Amino acid sequence: MTVGLYRAGDTVLHRLPVGVKLFGLAVLSVAIVAVRGPLLAAGFLALAVALALIGRLDLPSTARALRAVLVIAFVVALLQWWLFTFDRAVESLLDLVSLALLALTLTVTTPTTETLDAVVRWIRPLQRFGLDPERVALTIAMAIQALPGTLALAQETRDAARARGLGRSPRAYLTPFVIRVVARAHETGDALKARGLGD
Amino acid sequence: MPELRFEAAEVRVESPDLDGERTILGATTLTLTEQRIGIIGSNGSGKSTLARMINGLITPTSGRVNVDGLDVARRGAEVRRRVGFTFTDPAAQLVMPTCVEDVELSLRRTVKDRVRRKQVALETLARFGLAERAEVSVHALSGGQRQLLALAGVLATEPDVLVTDEPTTLLDLRNTRMVGELLFSLPQQLVLVTHDLDLVRRCDRVLVVEDGQVCYDGEADAAVEHYVRTVSEP
Amino acid sequence: MTESPTSTDETPTTRSPRLDATDLALVAAFAALIAVCSYLAAIPMGGAGVPLTLQGFALLLTGALLGPLRGTAAVALYFVLGIAGLPVFAGHAAGPGVFVGVTAGYLWSFPLMVLAVGLLVKYVLRGRRTNPVLVFAACVVGVVINHVGGIIGMAVVLHVGLLEAAAFDAPYWIGDFIKAAVAAVVASQVHRAFPKLLARRA
Ligand SMILES: Nc1ncnc2c1ncn2[C@@H]1O[C@H](COP(=O)(O)OP(=O)(O)O)[C@@H](O)[C@H]1O
Ligand SMILES: [Mg+2]
Repeated sequence: MTVGLYRAGDTVLHRLPVGVKLFGLAVLSVAIVAVRGPLLAAGFLALAVALALIGRLDLPSTARALRAVLVIAFVVALLQWWLFTFDRAVESLLDLVSLALLALTLTVTTPTTETLDAVVRWIRPLQRFGLDPERVALTIAMAIQALPGTLALAQETRDAARARGLGRSPRAYLTPFVIRVVARAHETGDALKARGLGD
Repeated sequence: MPELRFEAAEVRVESPDLDGERTILGATTLTLTEQRIGIIGSNGSGKSTLARMINGLITPTSGRVNVDGLDVARRGAEVRRRVGFTFTDPAAQLVMPTCVEDVELSLRRTVKDRVRRKQVALETLARFGLAERAEVSVHALSGGQRQLLALAGVLATEPDVLVTDEPTTLLDLRNTRMVGELLFSLPQQLVLVTHDLDLVRRCDRVLVVEDGQVCYDGEADAAVEHYVRTVSEP
Repeated sequence: MTESPTSTDETPTTRSPRLDATDLALVAAFAALIAVCSYLAAIPMGGAGVPLTLQGFALLLTGALLGPLRGTAAVALYFVLGIAGLPVFAGHAAGPGVFVGVTAGYLWSFPLMVLAVGLLVKYVLRGRRTNPVLVFAACVVGVVINHVGGIIGMAVVLHVGLLEAAAFDAPYWIGDFIKAAVAAVVASQVHRAFPKLLARRA
């Protein structure tokens, strides 16, 4: 679960700072949604495809990553066609695919750690409001570290409930699962304090 | 060795059902200066409470706990810099994604330079036989290796005292031996809470805790005998 | 359950609202919880076996258990993990894509939803937070905020009227009420197990 979609490479997009890429994505996304008409939508899709090619996204993994979005986009387009016009259906189909493809291109060309480091950097000016970048970085790292453990905990408690014949009732495993998550967080907090990191 | 001094230290908690307070550790007065101190007793007897007080994780409701004259309640941060603490379940105390990062986290205060910090962390891992696992996710480690990593994370800061709460309870025989060897090879003062009677026999002084009271305090073999006797009695 | 008391519960420090190590650990743990609940794609629940992702459940729970400040922080952290490319969004999605798609409005409403539930449970319910019916009421407010956000989002992205967007959104209400009910039951029980969880400063 901790492996993202990032693919190593040294294209222009890989080398662009993450802040620039996120800003670019935001601007393009707003433009795509704001600008009307199927022709312009096709233009934006062409731009998105061009950027994806520049970032060297490969077809199979791109298709896999966009599968869910494509399904939704088709359903939405059909709905639009039925309710409104064919043009609007085409427009929203193209828009949704462009939005998803642009965002995916950013994800594939940006290592997770780079984004996280950038977030910690951006937080620095907020220091005077009591947001300590070091502690933010620590919390981010703890959350990433907690991902596989929490997944394991969910499965363990579900199995335990099943083993006790409590099977399907969500109460039987969700409550113990959440209690263990909270209990573990308390222990982790104590461990941090014991290591002198909470003071 | 550092001096761990309990002066009529008592811990009470609010009890929701009794609408009052419950004493989980009765007034305890002790001075510990031996190198290896063992703590044994039944589940829920108050061992962890006693151990946590040495590191300031729990502060006494009344009375005082001092580490080398430093009041744990008032100078907790300083005390924690001298007293390392590890927990039974290493999964809860390892907080960073990879082994080396976790050790680096401990070193953040003492080694400011990043490159140097990583180097020290790698050296520490090597001392604990975890050199090849440095970049590995902590979830990919075995139980014994996780406990070793937890110990490495704490010992990296070179505390004067190591308090360790049931470090071998979750481990198999081989890993228990490995962690045991490590603990008893440390130059530091060691406070070991354990259910492993073989391990505790190697301590210089052993406290037996029952029902929130230290009911025996003395030489290891006699303490173990006392503990076994209280358990066998109806 | 932990069998040992934690220091912060015994020493009431009222000096600063700064989050302590346990608060940070809770924020991280709930960001991971939201991620895992979104990741576990669909879990058949109840007799009907209706597949539901547990994301909404996890969000309501985060508000109800951590309160407004730490709860919102957990959601923000969850967003950061997702934007950075970890597959933590519903359907194993990752990256900023979900912030601009059809369902973006739902996502944008998460912090508000958690903030509202947190405020209600912490300051309105207070001692009554172990009562599942009252916690459910607070969660319903969260669900409404979430749906309003989702409807606005669809109206903007798809260029449709609010009423049409509301029609697209309509089928999801029932599932979310069930999730709110489950979250309420679980949250009230966890509050009984950890009576001081919300009494912490943050
Ligand atoms: N936060 C708490 N509130 C109330 N009672 C507690 C708390 N933590 C621990 N206790 C009780 O204090 C006693 C001693 O606990 P502990 O020191 O953890 O025992 P041990 O480590 O010997 O198993 C137990 O009876 C436990 O239930
Ligand atoms: Mg214990």
